[in-house]
Amino acid sequence: MMLSRVAERMYWFGRYIERAENTARLLNVNTNLMLDLPKVKFIWNSLIDITGSQQAFAARFQVEDERNVVKFLLDDPSGSIKHSIEMARENVRTTREIMPNETWEKVNELYMYVPENIASGLRRTGRHQFLKDVMRSCQEITGYLAGSMSANEAYNFIKIGRNLERADMTTRIIDVGVLNLTIDENSEIKEYENILWNNVLRSSTAYQMYRQHVKDRVNGEDVCDFMINDPAFPRSVTHCLKEVQSCFETLPNPDHPLRTLAHTQRMIAGSDVISLLNEGGLHQYIDEIQEDLADIHEQLVQNWFRHDSAVLPAAADAG
Amino acid sequence: MKLNYKNTAKTFDELFTQAGRARPGLSELSNFLKKESLVSLNQRQSAAEMMIRTMGITFTVYSQGENIDREWPFDIIPRTILKKEWERVQEGLVQRLTALNCFINDVYNDRKIIKDKVVPAALLDSSTNFREECVGITPQFGVWAHICGSDLIRDADGTMYVLEDNLRVPSGVSYMLENRNISKRVLPELFERYNIQPMDNYPTQLFDTLSSISPYPADFPEVAVLTPGIFNSAYFEHSFLAQRMGAELVEGSDLVVGDDDCVYMKTVGGLSRVDVIYRRIDDLFLDPEVFLKESALGVKGLMRAWSKGKVGLANAPGAGVADDKVVYTYVPEMIKYYLGEDPILPNVPSYKCEDKTQRQHVLQNLENLVVKPANESGGYGMYIGPRENKRTTAEMKRRIKANPRNYIAQPIINLSTVPTLCDNAIEPRHVDLRPFILQSDRSFVTAGGLTRVALVKGSLVVNSSQGGGSKDTWIIEEKNP
Repeated sequence: MMLSRVAERMYWFGRYIERAENTARLLNVNTNLMLDLPKVKFIWNSLIDITGSQQAFAARFQVEDERNVVKFLLDDPSGSIKHSIEMARENVRTTREIMPNETWEKVNELYMYVPENIASGLRRTGRHQFLKDVMRSCQEITGYLAGSMSANEAYNFIKIGRNLERADMTTRIIDVGVLNLTIDENSEIKEYENILWNNVLRSSTAYQMYRQHVKDRVNGEDVCDFMINDPAFPRSVTHCLKEVQSCFETLPNPDHPLRTLAHTQRMIAGSDVISLLNEGGLHQYIDEIQEDLADIHEQLVQNWFRHDSAVLPAAADAG
Repeated sequence: MKLNYKNTAKTFDELFTQAGRARPGLSELSNFLKKESLVSLNQRQSAAEMMIRTMGITFTVYSQGENIDREWPFDIIPRTILKKEWERVQEGLVQRLTALNCFINDVYNDRKIIKDKVVPAALLDSSTNFREECVGITPQFGVWAHICGSDLIRDADGTMYVLEDNLRVPSGVSYMLENRNISKRVLPELFERYNIQPMDNYPTQLFDTLSSISPYPADFPEVAVLTPGIFNSAYFEHSFLAQRMGAELVEGSDLVVGDDDCVYMKTVGGLSRVDVIYRRIDDLFLDPEVFLKESALGVKGLMRAWSKGKVGLANAPGAGVADDKVVYTYVPEMIKYYLGEDPILPNVPSYKCEDKTQRQHVLQNLENLVVKPANESGGYGMYIGPRENKRTTAEMKRRIKANPRNYIAQPIINLSTVPTLCDNAIEPRHVDLRPFILQSDRSFVTAGGLTRVALVKGSLVVNSSQGGGSKDTWIIEEKNP
């Protein structure tokens, strides 16, 4: 049975690696988008919104332009790719005995790679390669884990972290898409609507799978529905929660977290995303999902990491 | 490359004789060094350093109030010892640790060695590592020090001496194992040509030793490594050993002692019993109930659990009583007293300042001696005669006179040298050697140990925090002639 402290570090490791990868993808996709839409200005500030770093950003920068936003997301001490990787590494460094060696070596390599190459990530010419390297390394780490780590408790906690982080990121990406496109019916943005929804899909690597699954042209209704409700796409909220559920079920005493999770799953299953979008209620709905994700996080922390009162009966048994 | 290797008559070189020829059985290595180009050797050195970086082999130094994680310094040219010589050293180390364990058990129980006047009673009364709380306890097999790291040095005439026995929380074994991994990758051809004794069975041996002191030896014991945490300079090693043994790496806050006096760890499924703890924190931090009250590293009630036999602790609390520079000077007498044998490995000749005649000699010859405080480790508080000045010498004299029990003095031993890759040349550098000895109902000695090397020319300081590096150590079985 694994230590609560170690389990917590595994969980955060999963979250931070996922966060690093997602941030890299967001930056990459949006740098590409800039090339198509050089006149549109809102793109960079929306990245700050998606990552929820408005405060931290405002403390360092005044203008939300490409240079500042990219700099912030690459090497800010609290909200950047560099930070996520440092935190991921710190979490493995303190639990090295749990992980396959290759994973640690890969994390360590990435940790050294980022500061050495961050300068080229700041320039548009080198950015694509830099971000691609980061994404690929994160994928490799996930791959090593899948290929060489037993599906034990530690692995399940990593997976829970990864999937909660993913679900959270997906909701943020949709939210920003929705906000940008519903601010003003008549704004110039409308003419780019199709490109922007494409962008939402690409930010979650969902473009290809969406095209295979949804026959119609890319449109807001189907994109939102796909990214929240598709049961099979690995970054859809529904799929992520299903993964979390299956991990919870393998862990000891999962009742409380499972109940909280089921509540969210029922809420999502019973909602009609398309009419919410058309009636303007989607933003609020996504807020609710995000609050629920925070509840699930809180519940699992209490249940498995800080369960000092809950362990007393088990102590009596063991004695 | 052409070797222009200058070893002097004042030191013993581990690879070359005075005449510049390879020592018997070691010509493969010297031929290799002669044949290889400097470029190739430097490439191999870089490959080794790259491995150290990616594998994250680090040690922590404290500097200006900060912890800095540094990469482990390693030199690719190995230190070599023939198996025949090493087997004798192994016997000597086991003999020594057996006697030391007899001594520790004796001083906490019958104190026969004192009653028989082999060792003065005053020695224990003034020992800072004697733990009153351990009196009357006999751990499993009467063994207190399960893991020992002894430092060996070789004098100019080739004699191997024991410089000290580290019985508290000796470290370095993980670096020994990692050094071997690295040299296997960067010098594969030599491993083909030589018969080099493998050393990677250490974690298994350690696990077996720890398992053997479980209160429930019949069950599959739950073993945990207790670390002070990530900021400790040896954290890398704690994590490494836990991983290699498949044991839990725990911090004090992960453990709790129950009303039944058993030790439990806090797991995701509730509390789970721990049978053996390999503790890597000092005695005084082990249990705030008994020792330092403000210690946040330890576990409340751990001493209670141990003294009632509910958990095995390695090394046992109080084992450090024999890790004292003055007690060290009595080890040859202990071997004779407890085992009735002659010591196989000699001590470095040592003067006890508590003895009047010896003290006089020390005070008169301070410039040519090394003076060590009884209870420091890592070279702290050491006085090295030839390097000191009038002021420090006068200060040392004053200290010895004020507290003679706290000091021993030794002649300066010119540590042996090993060829080392230094900026574009192979030069002799001074080394020591720390093998690791395990003991419970059985004994085990590593095949070789951690060779530490002073990378600065002429320096005798091998500590990694002070410019020291490390080498792989090869115990070589000679081929049949």
